[in-house]
This record gives sequence, C-alpha cells and structure tokens, in this order.
Amino acid sequence: MAYVAPGETSLVPPAEVAEVDLYHAKSWITKYVFSQDAKVIAIQYAFTAIAIGLVALVLSWLMRLQLGFPDTFSIIEPSQYYQFITMHGMIMVIYLLTALFLGGFGNYLIPLMVGARDMVFPFVNMVSYWVYLLAVLVLIASFFVPGGPTGAGWTLYPPQSITAGTPGSEGGIVLMLVSLALFIVGFTMGGLNYVVTVLQARTRGMSLMRMPLTVWGIFIATILALLAFPALFVGAVMMTLDKLLGTSFFMPAMISLGEQLEYDGGNPLLFQHLFWFFGHPEVYIVALPAFGIVSDLISVHARRNIFGYRMMVWALVAIGALSFIVWAHHMYVSGMNPWFGFFFATTTLIIAIPTALKVYNWTLTLWKGNIQLTVPMLFAIGFIVTFLNGGITGLFLGNVVVDVPLSDTMFVVAHFHMVMGVAPLMVIFGAIYHWYPLITGRMYDEALGQIHFWVTFVGAYTIFLPIHYLGFLGVPRRYFEMGDTSFIPESAATLNAFVTVVALIVGFAQLVFFYNMARSYTKGKIAGRNPWKANSLEWQTEEFPPGHGNFGATLPLVYRWPYSYGVPGVAEDYLPQNVPPDEVVTDEGPGASGA
Amino acid sequence: MGFLAHLTEKPWLEGESQGVDTDGGGIFSLPTPQIGLRVFLIVATVLFTLFIVAYTDRMVVADWRPMPEPWLLWVNTALLIASSVALHGAWVGADRGRIDDVRAGLYAAGVFAFAFLAGQILAWQQLVAMGYFAASNPANAFFYLFTALHALHLLGGLVAWGRTTAKVRRGLAPGQVHLSVELCAIYWHFLLVVWLVLFGLLLLT
Amino acid sequence: MVVVYALILVAVGTVAFHIFSPWWSTEIASNWGYIDTTIDITFWVTGVVFIAVMLFMAYCVWRYRYKAGRRAAYEPENTKMELWLTGLTTVGVIVMLTPGLFVWNDFVTVPEGAAEFEVMGQQWQWSYRFPGKDGVLGTTDVRKISDENPFGLNPDDPNGKDDVLVEGDELHLPLDQPVKVLLRSIDVLHDFYVPEFRAKMDLVPGQVTYFWFTPIRTGTFDILCFELCGVGHHTMRGKVVIEEESAYKAWLEKQPTFAKSMAKAGTGGGDGLKLVSSGGEAVTAGGESAR
Repeated sequence: MAYVAPGETSLVPPAEVAEVDLYHAKSWITKYVFSQDAKVIAIQYAFTAIAIGLVALVLSWLMRLQLGFPDTFSIIEPSQYYQFITMHGMIMVIYLLTALFLGGFGNYLIPLMVGARDMVFPFVNMVSYWVYLLAVLVLIASFFVPGGPTGAGWTLYPPQSITAGTPGSEGGIVLMLVSLALFIVGFTMGGLNYVVTVLQARTRGMSLMRMPLTVWGIFIATILALLAFPALFVGAVMMTLDKLLGTSFFMPAMISLGEQLEYDGGNPLLFQHLFWFFGHPEVYIVALPAFGIVSDLISVHARRNIFGYRMMVWALVAIGALSFIVWAHHMYVSGMNPWFGFFFATTTLIIAIPTALKVYNWTLTLWKGNIQLTVPMLFAIGFIVTFLNGGITGLFLGNVVVDVPLSDTMFVVAHFHMVMGVAPLMVIFGAIYHWYPLITGRMYDEALGQIHFWVTFVGAYTIFLPIHYLGFLGVPRRYFEMGDTSFIPESAATLNAFVTVVALIVGFAQLVFFYNMARSYTKGKIAGRNPWKANSLEWQTEEFPPGHGNFGATLPLVYRWPYSYGVPGVAEDYLPQNVPPDEVVTDEGPGASGA
Repeated sequence: MGFLAHLTEKPWLEGESQGVDTDGGGIFSLPTPQIGLRVFLIVATVLFTLFIVAYTDRMVVADWRPMPEPWLLWVNTALLIASSVALHGAWVGADRGRIDDVRAGLYAAGVFAFAFLAGQILAWQQLVAMGYFAASNPANAFFYLFTALHALHLLGGLVAWGRTTAKVRRGLAPGQVHLSVELCAIYWHFLLVVWLVLFGLLLLT
Repeated sequence: MVVVYALILVAVGTVAFHIFSPWWSTEIASNWGYIDTTIDITFWVTGVVFIAVMLFMAYCVWRYRYKAGRRAAYEPENTKMELWLTGLTTVGVIVMLTPGLFVWNDFVTVPEGAAEFEVMGQQWQWSYRFPGKDGVLGTTDVRKISDENPFGLNPDDPNGKDDVLVEGDELHLPLDQPVKVLLRSIDVLHDFYVPEFRAKMDLVPGQVTYFWFTPIRTGTFDILCFELCGVGHHTMRGKVVIEEESAYKAWLEKQPTFAKSMAKAGTGGGDGLKLVSSGGEAVTAGGESAR
C-alpha cells in the first residue's frame, strides 16, 4: 500500500470501477422487483421487516391487554398468550431488528458510504432478500397451521418446545425452525456481501479508518452474525430432527402429560449453550449498527467531529470480540456447572467498559458542539438515555449473584426492552428521518416528527421504567396471570393497567410516523442536495437522490475522514470527504491550502 | 500493512503524515470472489465445528453406542480424494493455459463427485438395512446428520462446477475460466478436509 | 430548552421513582442478605453514573445549543481524558464485581451439615421427597414412573424405602437449618423460586441440579415456577411453610414413606407406563384445561 503526499494526488488514477461492470436492469420487473441494486434491495428489506414488525406490535398489544386487564379479556387463552409472547419476541429480534439494520440500512448505506457502485455480489444479494421473504412467509404460515404458532418462548428451549403441553408443538415449532434456517441462509448471502464490499470495494482514499462509524458498526455486526448464526442453525437442525425423526440430541428420557416418551439421554442444556452462543452476539448484531448510526447522527447534527473516533472503532471491535465469550450469563440459573459463573460474570462486566466509553464519547461529542435539535438529533438523545438506562440494568443481570433473584422476572423484560428494544428503535427512527431526504429527495414534516419523538420517547420510558420494579418485587415474566400471590400487592395490578394504556397510546402514535412518511413522499418540501451539510459520501452523489450506480462517471476520491465539522480555517463548518484539498474554501478564500 | 495496523491510523491528520491512500479498496490483494469464498469457508468451518462440539458433548452420555463404519465409506473417501485431485489438475491446467487439461480435470472431478454422493447413499442404505436408524442412537443420528450436511455442501459445489463446465464447453479460453476453476478447486479441497475430519472423528469414536 | 428540562426530569424522576416506588423486594426470609447488599452496591455505582451522564448531557444541550455562526470545537480525541474515563469505569466495575463473586462463591459452596431434600417438578405441579431415617435419598429413574410410583423411585434400592414423599401438599422446612435443595424434573424445564428466599435454580430433565439456603424467619411463602414450562406455567404454584424444628418434625412424621405407599398400592411397582412414539399421538393441552 503506497501513500503519496497531497501534492501528488493528480498522479492517482480516477477510481477505476467502470460503469460496464454494473448490472443494468432491463425491465420494470428487474428494476423494482427482482432488482440487483442494493438500494432497491434495501427498501424491500425495510418494507418487509417493518410489515412483519407491525404484526409483532399488535401481538404486544394483545399480551399487554391480558397483563393489564386479566379478567376483562377472556377471549385470550393461556395458549394464545404464550404464542403471542413467543412470536412477538422472535419477530422483533430477528425478523425486524436484524433484517432492518443489516438488510435495510446495510444495503442502502454501505455501498454509498464507502464509495462503491453496488455490493460486490449483486445477484447473491438479490437472492438474499427473496430467501428472507420466504422465511417471513413461512413464519406467517405458522399462524395458520393446526395448533397455531409455537408458544415455547422465543428461546425455544427443549424439551418443552417440541412436546405436548406447549402450544404449537406440532406444526408451529417445525415451521418456526424452518423459517429460522431459511433466514440464516438468506442472511449469510447478504452478510458475505456486506463484509466483502467493505473489505474490497472501498473507493480510493477510503481507508478503513476513514469509514463512517455507521459502516463500522454494520461491518462488525455482520461479522458477528456470520459467526453466530451457525450456532442457531445447528440448534435448529438438531431440534428439527428430534421432533421429526425422534432422535435424542436434546431430549432426555421424560414423561409428557403422563406418558413415557421414547427419547433418552439428550442434553437440554446443550441447546441452551448453542442458542446463547448465537443469542448473545445477536444482541450486539442489533446494537452495533445502532451504535454506529447514532454516532453519525450525533456528529452531523451537533456539527462536531465524533469525539474519540479511534476509541469508538476499537470499542466496536472489542465489544464484538468479547460478545463471543459472555453467552452463558444468560444461563446462570440454568443448572449448568455453577463454577462457570465466575468466568462469565467477569467477562460480562468487562464488556461494560468499552460500552461505557461509547456512551461517554457520544455525550462528549455534544460537549462543545453546536447542537441542532432536529428530529434525528432528538432520537439520538433519546437513544443515549434509554441505552444508558438499559445498559446499567445489564450490569445487574451480568453480575452473577444479582442475577439469581432477578433472572426470569419482569426486570429482565424491562432491561432488554429498554436496551435492545427501545434504544435501537430510537436509532431506527432517527436514521429514517435523517436519510429520508436522501432516499426520497424530500423533507419530512418537522412538527409531526417532533410529536412522534416526544410521545414515543416519554411513553416508552414510562412503560419500561416501572416494570423493572415489578421484577425486584418478584413478578415472573411469561405469566399469563398472577392470580392470588401473597407477595404481590393490589397496586401492581393498577400499575400493569397503567402500563397497558401507555403502551397502546405509544403504539398508535406510530401512525403519526407512517402518515408523515407517506405524506411527505409526495407533499414534502424538496430537500435539495445535502440538506444536513454532511460530509460522508452518500450525500455527495452527482444525481440526487442517488441513482443507478450510485455515483457519476467516476467514483469519488476521498481525501479525509467524514468528521471534518468545524475545522478551523475552513469557511463552512463542514468539509465533505471528497473535496480535493486545493478546492477547499478557507477563511481567506477559495483554493488556499491549509485544511 | 496489516489489518491491525490500519486501526491505529489517525484519520484526521490529513495531509500531514498520511496523504491519500492510493490503494483504494482492497485490504487483500486477492480478487473479490476469492475473498467471498474465503469468508464463506470461515462460516462453513464455524458450522461444522459447532456440530463437532455438539457431537463430543453428546458422546459422553452413557446411552452412546458407537456404530460400525461400512467399508464402503473407505471407497467413498477415495472417490472424494480423486475428485479433489482431478479438480486440482484442472486448476493447474488453467494456470498453464491448457484447456484440454481443464476439461479433462473438470469431467473427472464431476464423475468422482457424483460417484461419491451415490456411494454415500448406498452406505446409508446399508446401515438402514442393518437396523441402524437415526432415532435408535445418537451416534447414528450424528452420522446421518454429518453425511447429509456434507453432501448438501457438495451439491452446492456441483452447481458451481456445472456452471464452470458449461463455460468450458462453450469454448472459453483458459484465462477466462481460470478464476471459476480455482474457486471450485479450493472449495473441493475444503470439503475434502471437512470429510476427512468428520470421517476421522467417526472412526476414532 | 424542552429537551434540557426533559433530560433533567428523566434523571430526577427516575431517582424519585426509585425512592418512592411501592414496588420493591419482598422482606427477605433466607440467609441471602448479601445478594441484596450487592444489589444496593450496584445501585449506588450505576446510579451515580446515570445521574452524572444525564445531567452532563442536559448541560451540553443547554450550553451548546445551536447558534448561527458558532463553531464546534474541532477536537478529534483526547487520550488523557479517555484514559481517565476508562480507569474510573474499571474501578466502578471492580467495586460491583468483587463482592458479587465473593457472594457467588458462598452460593455455590454448600455448607457442611446442610440437610438435603428433593424438589420434583412436572407439568404443572411440585412434589417433594425427604430422606427417611437413614438420611439418604434413594435413586430414581424416569422410566420407573407409574401411577403407583409417581416419583420413579428404584424399588430395589434399600435407601429409598424410607424416603418420605410429599405430593400435592405444602412443603415444610425447619427454621435456621441450612438446606440443600436437589432439583429434578421428569418432563420439561422448570425453576423453583420463592422470592423471599432470593435463590432459584432451574430443574433440568435428565440431571439433578441444586442450590442451598437457610430459612431465617417463619411464615408461609409462595413457590412459583420461573422457567416457561408450557400452557400451565402460571398455574404451577406451591407453598412453603417455614416453622420451628418441632412443628416440622411433627409434620414430617405424618407423611407417607415410599415403602408404605407401595404397600398401599399393593404392587411392586415400577413397570413404567406404556411407551408412545415421540412424534405420536400426544394430547395437546387446551387453554381451558390449564386455567
């Protein structure tokens, strides 16, 4: 790798990825349906993920109605309640968050931000989406088979997930496992693209350390996903065989509702280890893209360079690596060898250090900034608050002995909803508002965006903060109803009713968001190019919004990192990555060197 | 410059010590499809490793009854080795620009690979005929699982092999099929190693 | 400015909610007070960080709100500050983790002289077994479970003859006596938890898990299943009565032993139920039946 001094940049040949290498759509079908353009695939991923996510939202309302008003909604039966919680969790974690962050934002932003025309394997990328869609359809089909979808909890622990006594243990669980396997196959195809595009398709001058943190976050998350999803795949395949062929990988000798089953010798804990070897990195598969995106939102809208860029990158890498040796903190009271607790508690609390540094650096980016409280910035601040809160409660659950009373209580529910439900959603909303002008060429409605933020942020915090305290009290999660329990006061029922009402309000408030998006698409103010005065390459395309091939005749040449906000001596408070040094307008006038 | 060395760059120091990175994209000097294949091989390695971990975990339980390895498996192993060697020959042929070598290597590799798959199915039939069902013991279950999974990977490879062979039949020059042949050969070698590890594991336990 | 107030309100409101919340841990009834102490330490450390970050953020949003023409400070990084922050965070982590690990060491180390008894879980009820006069629990096997031998005790094991079986009744335990709870499930995963004891552990079919505690106050407490175990999960309840040694002994006397219950059933027991194929016709539990 050769470096040349800035004066010699004329020697650098223009980026040589020629237009001819690109796949050209020949018809409407290949342009918008079976498209190989990462931007179209991104939109397809996003729409599918959000659509199935809305199903999960409705499921959460149904379970909240049962929890808030246990005697009123007698139409909800226990088996249905357990199906609701299972499908809600599985959809939200895998089919919404993972798919939206990596398939949606990853596809849209990686090529644009690193200065590539498209993903490196566009055909594989297209197949990835269609396999994902198939996985979603199989998942939906499980609602319509006899017995309904599985009600084993999103963790699908055997033996109960495949034995009678659990709803959906006949057809539902099989379709669930098939759908997961399909999702993993589809994701692997997309993931190969994201990783190799970042490694190989960056434009000239875009060294790794000049990539926006958004790309870093998605890049590391994709590596985690590629290495972690096989564990879920292994678990799913072996459980399917246990269910369909009667093998005993996970199934011990047992009785089911009074009858001896033929299983023998299997180890249910093996599944839990496999599940969480996937499941804990999964948390970071959702969190790291959010970390990356929120860093860019804060930097752009605070008009200040991200504080401690290198530390932010190292923290992403460190968190990613550590996330593979903390999985059993989900299993402190699972009956595994209790001596593992020492190791996993230590690694878990160590992972808090790089995570805390990221939080500090976000707030330090606000410090000495010039903060514009736009809607994306509001959501970024909302993310910091909810992530801080949820991260802190993670320290309770990670510290093995504190986890003993709290595990499987509502505290856990509140913790993970705050940290990997609300916090990533804040980032998703912020990111959609931020990049809406890039995608559509129009601005969203500011007032509606503000209303959406305040209802969602205040509402979500109000929902989940008190639920932690039900956990301290000892209210278990995954309970259809508490009935008569001596230690639970009457007031807990009142609280549950209150939380349900707020949850419904917050849920319906999302209509404001959808209305805003739909209306602004045709009625919104024309955004003009680079409305946020951002530095990264996606805003510097010739065509706006970026068209086929992303960039014009030649790919952009990158001269600096994407965080040159408020650089002393430069006339504007931003300096895009692709402005050549000799064209930088300084305080003294155009062309003078310096920045 | 190694991957880690990149991570200590100070990206804001434009124009002072760093200048423009003329290298653009590639961290690695390999063609992009090569990188893609290698990333996929890492994922596949993780997958097989996790199965092996599950195998060793389950093995220690008392109900484990090792199953006999049919002699046919030795034949199949030889077939897979032959297939790998043939593809390697095709690769070398492409290097030297000899399209006849490429064609012969690809055909032989395909024949051996399909023979291997047929052999695996025969081995399954033998075992089933002897009464070793998947449900009767975890050792059997793992055997069927491993072989099926390996065969599926090989089938996927045969799709790539078919596309490459079609290219050669259409009369493309060695230089134009070189990359495809090389990718097939690497993948074949990988699957051979996986098979040897799995077969070794089955033999040892 | 709304954001500044909101951030301050969230910080102050969260603390206020913590202080005034009527929902808090139940009064402890076991020796695991140290767990509560560790929770308190964690609250102090994380609470300070939470308030500091929130207020700092509120300050930044107020002090550095947008003004046309103002420039942000261009400061790519500040290694010294980051090292300090790393160091302080590490100290915080050590303060929380160290006591946690010491208490965990206690938790996994069962003291000499702890009395053993067994909790058996099944969909969806609890049963208990105490060693008889010999102080040793007999061996069990899921395959030996039948209507006459619901615990699956091995009829050939002499240690099991005098085992005391408690089925469909409250669990009684003596005050101030350390107990090692052996946990066994005959079907799916369960978890034995009494919130007042603070200690819980999963029941895993195919193996025996354990935890220990010492009851320190008398009373009757709820036992709940804390690991999703099917449609009847929320109905899997029980009660545990902590009482003086003498009352406990009297209660135990009245419970049947294995030998007695077998004699009553009039068989040697232990042939097991008929086998059904795992994929075969199993009854799907309807919602109503579990209610």
